[in-house]
Amino acid sequence: MKIAVLSGKGGTGKTFVSVNLACAAESAAQSNLNSVYVDCDVEEPNGNLFLKPTNIKKSGVNVTVPVVDNTKCTGCRKCSDFCKYNALAYVKDRLLIFNEVCHSCGGCIIFCPQKALKERQREIGVIEEGISGKTTVFSGNLNTGEVSGVPIIKELLPKLPDNGSVIIDCPPGSACTVMESIRQVDYCLLVAEPTLFGVHNLSMVYELFKLLKKPFGVVLNKCLADEENPSEQFCKENRITIIEKIPYDKEIGRLNSQGLVAVRENGTYKELFERILDKLVKESLQ
Amino acid sequence: MKQLLILSGKGGTGKTTVASAFIKLSNCKSFADCDVDAPNLHLVMSENMEPVINDFYGFQKAFIDNSKCINCGLCEENCHFGAIRNFEVSVYECEGCGVCCEICPQNAVSMTEYASGSLKLYKSQNKVFSTAKLKMGSGASGKLVTAVKKQLLKEAHNSELVIIDGSPGIGCPVIASISGANLVLIVTEPTVSGIHDMKRIIKTAKQFGTACIVCINKFDVEMDNTKKIEAYCNEIQIPVVGRIPFDNTVIKAVNNFKSIDEYQDSKAAKAIKTIWNTIYENYLLSK
Ligand code: SF4
Ligand code: SF4
Ligand code: SF4
Ligand code: SF4
Repeated sequence: MKIAVLSGKGGTGKTFVSVNLACAAESAAQSNLNSVYVDCDVEEPNGNLFLKPTNIKKSGVNVTVPVVDNTKCTGCRKCSDFCKYNALAYVKDRLLIFNEVCHSCGGCIIFCPQKALKERQREIGVIEEGISGKTTVFSGNLNTGEVSGVPIIKELLPKLPDNGSVIIDCPPGSACTVMESIRQVDYCLLVAEPTLFGVHNLSMVYELFKLLKKPFGVVLNKCLADEENPSEQFCKENRITIIEKIPYDKEIGRLNSQGLVAVRENGTYKELFERILDKLVKESLQ
Repeated sequence: MKQLLILSGKGGTGKTTVASAFIKLSNCKSFADCDVDAPNLHLVMSENMEPVINDFYGFQKAFIDNSKCINCGLCEENCHFGAIRNFEVSVYECEGCGVCCEICPQNAVSMTEYASGSLKLYKSQNKVFSTAKLKMGSGASGKLVTAVKKQLLKEAHNSELVIIDGSPGIGCPVIASISGANLVLIVTEPTVSGIHDMKRIIKTAKQFGTACIVCINKFDVEMDNTKKIEAYCNEIQIPVVGRIPFDNTVIKAVNNFKSIDEYQDSKAAKAIKTIWNTIYENYLLSK
């Protein structure tokens, strides 16, 4: 089962929920099943700070960009006219290539009448695979200064096993990287905060789900016992399944800021997340 | 004109709280929210004004006319983004590169305008506030950020100070928001992830040669980490301009759609005021 964990915005506890779900899965899992955690938040991958995987294997992620053979180029500018992202410019008898904005569409290479452009590989980030307890940990890491993490996610996703429980920690927001991350999942779990900002962000992701028609539910994080909870209200009004309410708790804050996993430190949290996982399995089978 | 950009690496660190308080404290006349994925600043700053809303056209998207298509499969074969399946284009995956359009022997593909979001401009006699909302999953967030700033700067020509609430992350929207900024304030938290994200955003800002300063939100939650942040910044010579204590009033303010500045006696508001004064005197007053 593949579960994507999302939030309209950062800071709602998305990484907290995904890391703990993965660790809950490892004790719940029968010996022949996998527990896998995948960090698709490639701009700010934080899962490793908690899971601290070892035996790390790294592999670079490349994109293809054009390289010009100046002896063949006649300066016809067909390539730069074609490029929709202004990654090419022909200035002073020379073709300039701005790699950072190239989307690797390959068009300039196909359409150059002189065959003056060739493909070149350029590294934009790395994928790390390691192990933490019984959980396999994948994490994508976009180099700073790079524009898009999508190629990293595209390379990460096929590496995931089909059996066992796979928890995907998605990027915040609703950008192209999120769309990429949730394409193949069985269930989407939204993490929402009990504030009006929280509702605002929740309602935006909710719009996305209405469009995508994926099964989804909400976990309400940082709930205070006797405070109003506008996010809960929103879920009830819109008949959104509330999977669980996670209480606000100083202890979680402490474990989090020290980079510890609540499920591994505290029996109550272990039970809580095993319960969430159970519910997710049932929900996704419906 | 000075452009102050507020960034955090990740959302939820109090960036919008700090930005809205700064806007009030400085009596800033021109400000923007560049978090086009999940904009929040208008919830506290729009003051019941109605915005002017315009569709934003980012990239075009391909469209296949099935009556002309002969199912040769050339387009699908050459689309590097896997956006064409069974002679149909998925708008979520199409990046508008135009390869399919150029390669189709039947001229069956056309590139069509696609509204990938909406630009909003709030304007009163003495204030301009520019923001936007990206349509779900449509990409082009960097372009929309650029449009938000352009819309602001067009109206803000007389302002001495422009405050911009940036977007989370380090990718295209952030890079688009950094360009043109004079000063980047990074709001960080004393958590392991907060430190990690701060380092990455400092690196990004440095690549663009923009001056950076740091403030630590909820500093008293984990003093050891706060000290680590200060030591790190000290080492790489990035000034730490202040600390904001953990304060429940912040949540209260957010839930009432108010800026923390309206709770002047709160610990957080006092700290933010001190930080604002430091930034103003040391970095923004023209020397
Ligand atoms: S299309 Fe080919 S020949 Fe023409 S300018 Fe580009 S690289 Fe040179
Ligand atoms: S590969 Fe595509 S995006 Fe890159 S330079 Fe060529 S035409 Fe432009
Ligand atoms: S425009 Fe480019 S990305 Fe879109 S479908 Fe055509 S080839 Fe694919
Ligand atoms: S290239 Fe043109 S004719 Fe061929 S499958 Fe694509 S749309 Fe149809």
